[in-house]
Amino acid sequence: MKKNINIDIAFTHIYTRKKQTMVAALGVAIGVGMYLFMNSLDAGFSKYSTDEIFKNNAHIKIYKNDEISKPLTTDDSSGLRVIINPQITTLSKKIINPEALLAAVKSQPYVTNAIAQVNFDAYYNRGKAQIKGTGNGVNMIEYAQMFNTDKYMVAGNTEALQGNLNGIIIGSGISEKLSLGINDNITVTSSFGIVKVMKIVGIFMTGSSMNDNTKSYVNISTAQQFIKEGPSFVSTLFINTRDANNPEPFVQKLQQLTSYTVEDWKTSNADVLSGNNTRETMMGAISMAILIVAGFGIYNILSSTIIQKINDIAILKATGFNGNDVVKIFIVEAIIMGIIGTAVGLLLGSVLIAIMSNIYMGGPVGYFPIGFELTLFIRSFILGMLITLCAGYFPARKAAKVDPVEIFRK
Amino acid sequence: MNTLIEKTSIGGLEVVLSTRNLGKYFYDPVKFKALDNVSFDAYEGEFLTLVGKSGSGKSTLLYCLSTMDTVYEGELYIKGEKITGKKPDELAAIRNENIGFVFQFHYLLPEFTCLKNVMIPARRLGKYGYEEIEHKAYEKLKILGLQDQALKPASKLSGGQQQRVAIARALINDPAILMGDEPTGNLDSKNSAVVFDIFKEISSQYGQTIIAVTHDNDFAKASDRTIELADGRIIDQDKKDFE
Ligand SMILES: Nc1ncnc2c1ncn2[C@@H]1O[C@H](COP(=O)(O)OP(=O)(O)OP(=O)(O)O)[C@@H](O)[C@H]1O
Ligand SMILES: [Mg+2]
Repeated sequence: MKKNINIDIAFTHIYTRKKQTMVAALGVAIGVGMYLFMNSLDAGFSKYSTDEIFKNNAHIKIYKNDEISKPLTTDDSSGLRVIINPQITTLSKKIINPEALLAAVKSQPYVTNAIAQVNFDAYYNRGKAQIKGTGNGVNMIEYAQMFNTDKYMVAGNTEALQGNLNGIIIGSGISEKLSLGINDNITVTSSFGIVKVMKIVGIFMTGSSMNDNTKSYVNISTAQQFIKEGPSFVSTLFINTRDANNPEPFVQKLQQLTSYTVEDWKTSNADVLSGNNTRETMMGAISMAILIVAGFGIYNILSSTIIQKINDIAILKATGFNGNDVVKIFIVEAIIMGIIGTAVGLLLGSVLIAIMSNIYMGGPVGYFPIGFELTLFIRSFILGMLITLCAGYFPARKAAKVDPVEIFRK
Repeated sequence: MNTLIEKTSIGGLEVVLSTRNLGKYFYDPVKFKALDNVSFDAYEGEFLTLVGKSGSGKSTLLYCLSTMDTVYEGELYIKGEKITGKKPDELAAIRNENIGFVFQFHYLLPEFTCLKNVMIPARRLGKYGYEEIEHKAYEKLKILGLQDQALKPASKLSGGQQQRVAIARALINDPAILMGDEPTGNLDSKNSAVVFDIFKEISSQYGQTIIAVTHDNDFAKASDRTIELADGRIIDQDKKDFE
């Protein structure tokens, strides 16, 4: 079948007005390109910062929160009030019967992984040099699985801790400051006054100085000794679920299993996430604005085409083209401009992303955290086309309303 | 003798277009009656001309007949069907199939070749395939003596040639009625004569009705019948009297 007459006319307009078409398409290209680039930048950044969070945060954690003392009030009828200062009344951060809770948590269908952890305040000493930090008593194999610790090991390995009650894995910052390397001995003191000389079996470097300068891993039982607690003491349960981005429903379900505080990573890292959200909103608004400006380009060029072609429109309507036909003609023109513009825009965005991803930022970030994300390409394409369609629709509607009699009368 | 009566009695010809008490007002700048109680019938194969002084309402009447102007009083019938009150899309379809237009300023799509210009209404109608339409358009151009110009862009033709292309386009769907608003108004006498001959031929040979507004008395005299307007009223619709 031969080309439809409306499409034929649209293509002829486009073809005989190449320059205007290119200008309109270029506007869309820049809009779509910038939209894609800025949102990729943003997505890369957000992914980087959530990855940072997941280096030492599980999707959900269960711990005992501080309890505040309740005011003592006497019977209302007496009219007496006892005013006291509310105070933290928590005696111990201990989770009672952690094995049962851990087993219950692990049996939940949406839980992919759950581990127990014992935290303690630690002082790392070598001679007179001392660094304050936190010790984490964990089952290292399970922990490494959950937090990808193996990826960050720069010396030794995580398995070396297994069954080695005197072993310790320390952050690279501690290692540097105390100039201690693998297989060296390090003195660790806890806030409970327990002192142990331990052997460094591994060194990790996550890139986050907060971790690298303070954190260490030991076996759970070692950590329990540091805080003078028995084998049933556990301070936190870390839980990973099927869907990291929507932990809220799982939190609700888990909360039914225990009276301890169940908290998802979003709540624990609300500050980081709100920073991300602010940036996302800003970038989204700016890139959307650029795209809308591109839409105005299409609108302008199509409007001027319509003014120039008003005689053609009148004659088409006189020969029996209806309003819909006229709308189709100009919408097709907008679509052609949109497709060219969007395609070039995606290409432009890709080039920018490729350039950016090759820029070395140094430090823990490494190369700029930006990548090609299919969903963003799809979103940019859809938005580019949508904006073009909207921008094309209004001039097209105007063209459809042209009254041929008015044109012929002049 | 009245042409109208003669035609109905002798040929038994059908009425193709008729108006009943057509009236039209303009409100800008002041209320003004441009058409007043216009009633007439146009017959199959009739070559009808509309004459009258400038401002008498000829164009206004033609736009009402063409179905492009819908704001009027009274009724319009085409091929026995009441046109008044129909929706714009229905009117577009009726125009496409039944009415061909020729204007004083030829109004071709300048980027299209002559052939493609002629094909446009037929492609809109969609009754025939592309090749068939192309063939028909070529035939029409041939009738108008333009076969050599078929593949030239419309903008590259002379005024008289463009007007003939416009006529070919108006004829492509074999419409029942061909309308023209001063179709020869922009042409020299030679080209006017050519256009007149074509009109004469299509009305007599193909039975198509022609309604043409003209200022050219010779053109009007040579037509089958002339309707004369003054101040929006029909003051005469008999050719002999007009003479
Ligand atoms: N859009 C309009 N608004 C107001 N008045 C109009 C409009 N169009 C036409 N008129 C008036 O209606 C009357 C008839 O106009 P029309 O164009 O039909 O005349 P005409 O017979 O075709 O004249 P001409 O021979 O000069 O073309 C004129 O008085 C004109 O001023
Ligand atoms: Mg006129």
